[in-house]
Amino acid sequence: MLAHVTTFAIDGLTSRRITVEVDLRRGLPAFTIVGRGDAAVRESRERVQTALVNTGFEFPQRRITVNLAPAHLRKVGPGFDLATACGVLVASEQLPATDLARWAVFGELGLGGELRHCRGVLSVAEGARDAGIAGLIVPRECAREAALVDGLEVAGISHLREVAAILRGAPAPELPAPSSRSAGSEPDPDLADVRGHSEAIHALTIAAAGAHNILLSGPPGTGKTMLARRLISILPPLTRDEAITVTRIHSVTGRHVGDELVRKRPFRAPHHSISPSGLVGGGAVPQPGEITMAHHGILFLDELSEFSRPALESLRQPLEDGAVAIVRGQRTVTYPTRFQLVASTNPCPCGFAGEDRCRCSEADIARHRRKLSGPLLDRMDLLVDMQRPEAEELEREAGTLSHDVRAAVLEARERQAHRLAGTGLTTNAELTPRLLRDLVRADTAAMNRLSVAYTQGKLSARGHGRILRVARTIADLEGCARVDHRHVGAALQLREEWGLDPAVAA
Amino acid sequence: MIPCDRCLRRTALVARLAPNVERARRARRRLRELLSLTDDELIAALAGDRRATVEQAHRSFDAAAARARLEAASIEAVCRHDERYPLRLLEADDAPAILHVAGDAGRLEMLAVCDAPAIAIVGARRAGADGLQVAHALGRGLAAAGVTVISGMALGIDSAAHAGALAAGGPTITVLASGADVAYPASKRSLHRELVRTQAAISEMPPGFKPFRWCFPARNRTIAGLASITIVVEATERSGSLITADLAQDLGRAVGAVPGSVITPRCAGSNALLRDGALVIRDAQDALDEVLGIGVATALTGRSPAELEPELRGLLRRVEDGRDTVSSLAATPAEAQAALAGLSELELLGFLRRGPGGRYVRLL
Repeated sequence: MLAHVTTFAIDGLTSRRITVEVDLRRGLPAFTIVGRGDAAVRESRERVQTALVNTGFEFPQRRITVNLAPAHLRKVGPGFDLATACGVLVASEQLPATDLARWAVFGELGLGGELRHCRGVLSVAEGARDAGIAGLIVPRECAREAALVDGLEVAGISHLREVAAILRGAPAPELPAPSSRSAGSEPDPDLADVRGHSEAIHALTIAAAGAHNILLSGPPGTGKTMLARRLISILPPLTRDEAITVTRIHSVTGRHVGDELVRKRPFRAPHHSISPSGLVGGGAVPQPGEITMAHHGILFLDELSEFSRPALESLRQPLEDGAVAIVRGQRTVTYPTRFQLVASTNPCPCGFAGEDRCRCSEADIARHRRKLSGPLLDRMDLLVDMQRPEAEELEREAGTLSHDVRAAVLEARERQAHRLAGTGLTTNAELTPRLLRDLVRADTAAMNRLSVAYTQGKLSARGHGRILRVARTIADLEGCARVDHRHVGAALQLREEWGLDPAVAA
Repeated sequence: MIPCDRCLRRTALVARLAPNVERARRARRRLRELLSLTDDELIAALAGDRRATVEQAHRSFDAAAARARLEAASIEAVCRHDERYPLRLLEADDAPAILHVAGDAGRLEMLAVCDAPAIAIVGARRAGADGLQVAHALGRGLAAAGVTVISGMALGIDSAAHAGALAAGGPTITVLASGADVAYPASKRSLHRELVRTQAAISEMPPGFKPFRWCFPARNRTIAGLASITIVVEATERSGSLITADLAQDLGRAVGAVPGSVITPRCAGSNALLRDGALVIRDAQDALDEVLGIGVATALTGRSPAELEPELRGLLRRVEDGRDTVSSLAATPAEAQAALAGLSELELLGFLRRGPGGRYVRLL
């Protein structure tokens, strides 16, 4: 006898509908699974057999063939266990086939028949809804995650026995109560913890308001990492769509703790030894990399100059496109990569450039900067120097609260969205040269200021556009309709062209 | 005037024996003595077992071909017997036979007269921000007063002095250890290009020559010989700049030094010169008074803060008082925005500049 069970396979960040076909016939007892499964799928035989027996079902002593269709797609992971088990039960007539058309099933089985948490349940639920399936049976721990998708009946089940009951027509149990260990319960680190650094805080505010990439440069121990981590607290909160996307990525990569929508923007800080595929994604079955995990959040590269050249080069195209297509064999997977880049570096090899104890020569500093320069630096709108705060700065009261800054950022974002309405863009960082010309109004003094900086050789042609974008964001933060010379002046100071030191230039 | 055969032949001989000079120096032969020898003595002293081939090449030297090579490299050669050869340099026994000029030979001609003012500015390659700034300001101030600034295009002080002189539109001459057409160090390619375009790069070595170690002290003797005063801006106790100062003293020329901090070893050498009686050079005016006579020329000074708006003047005062970072000037991000805008204005007006590490440096 033949049974069909619907389940889903994770493919990139989405899921694809899979039909598990189970066939039982006379012959020597055997249990074969075909359909390009990986090791986890092959081992699934042992889990299914043991779970059925331990639950009190009979494991048929027949020749059992399981096919995961479509056969061309590689199937990964233990999520097919439950579908296989249900198929065997239906094919051996221990369960009626009637309700299987209504339900899709997804989950890993334990040897005792209990259902275990699986990666990518949100994607599966979205797939089920899109395929027009009425209900989805998932492990109980993942039920709330699946229930984030509207228009789908979700049954959160903890044991194979209850699955059988539902397939016999029992009502689905209530969703479990929200678990206490949901993500985002602890508060973000706040700018109020920071003393001094008014310049860097100002620059971070600009970065948050205009979604500009930023490079923080300063001696070791000045608080670059501390500040970078606080950028999250002044960025606008995730919209629902963004939150769903982030949750989906968390879920597929197995980092989703709890069962709620992710509310926090991701903050990823990979170590500098990371490989290009670790950063952009890769592997035989292409897995998302750090830049995808930082989607709608922040990618923080500490000690930028220590990262390998290929790793840094690999960031260029995703930064530009907001997505990365990874090709492995005949498979292409596209992952979203809309992240804000925050990097930190020492200003020179010893780290103390500008102070008396700096031991680096002009040549050392030039070499250090050459390592950083090039395409990646070109995509940084803000280059900010940080210094060890003076004793007096440390004694100052904390004047800046993330809450207040975020309010200003939100207002500035609104102004940008209003100006950019109809272009499909939302932030100043995305302004193309053409849009800069058409939409950004600057007064004569501001333009003069820019052209003087340009003729003095302090600005490259590309730097010109960058200064205008940042100046536009500063004006948005102040609520000015026109960019004036003060905005351009400040933008110039926050983007001093590296290596163009007039005393030794040439 | 075209370079004479004898001088061309001498230059070719020195270039051919360059590796031998290096070896002889390691055997503690004094460079200046070697370079004072006549051609035959030089071959006898240095050629060793290559003597026969060197002599052969020396006798069959083809001056016409050498001139053609100079022409191909657009190098002008000024030999000892040329009236354009700087008189001051001829005072030394070991003066180069030929000065190869890339760029404007007129810059060299200006020094053909004995009292033509020229000042050498030399110093550390690993210089501090202060030293670089002083060198830049000296170069600019001296060049603006028409004094030729002579230096060696090394990293650090040398290049800063050249850049300062270029900012004033010259005159400045760089003396290279490599061929005049070779940018050494290579990272100063664009400075070299600019110097050749509007000023002059000179060398005693033929075009295309890659320097040996001994060529640098040899170059220093030319720098000291060309200048009426040699000023050391920053030098450690074992700096090559002190060699230049010694050479200048041997020629009976004045030596000056810019006072530096007594704490940092970067200035130990230059401060030691001061203790030994070198002229104290605080700014371009001190140097001008020395070389032209007191009060003859006034060094150009930056704009006076008095003409600034009160707010900017206050900001500048605070930077001068040591609050050289935005974070120390501003307590809140809003104040930081105002400070950034003001500092940008001051930078545009040339009062200060954002230096390494985001520290603002007052410009002289």
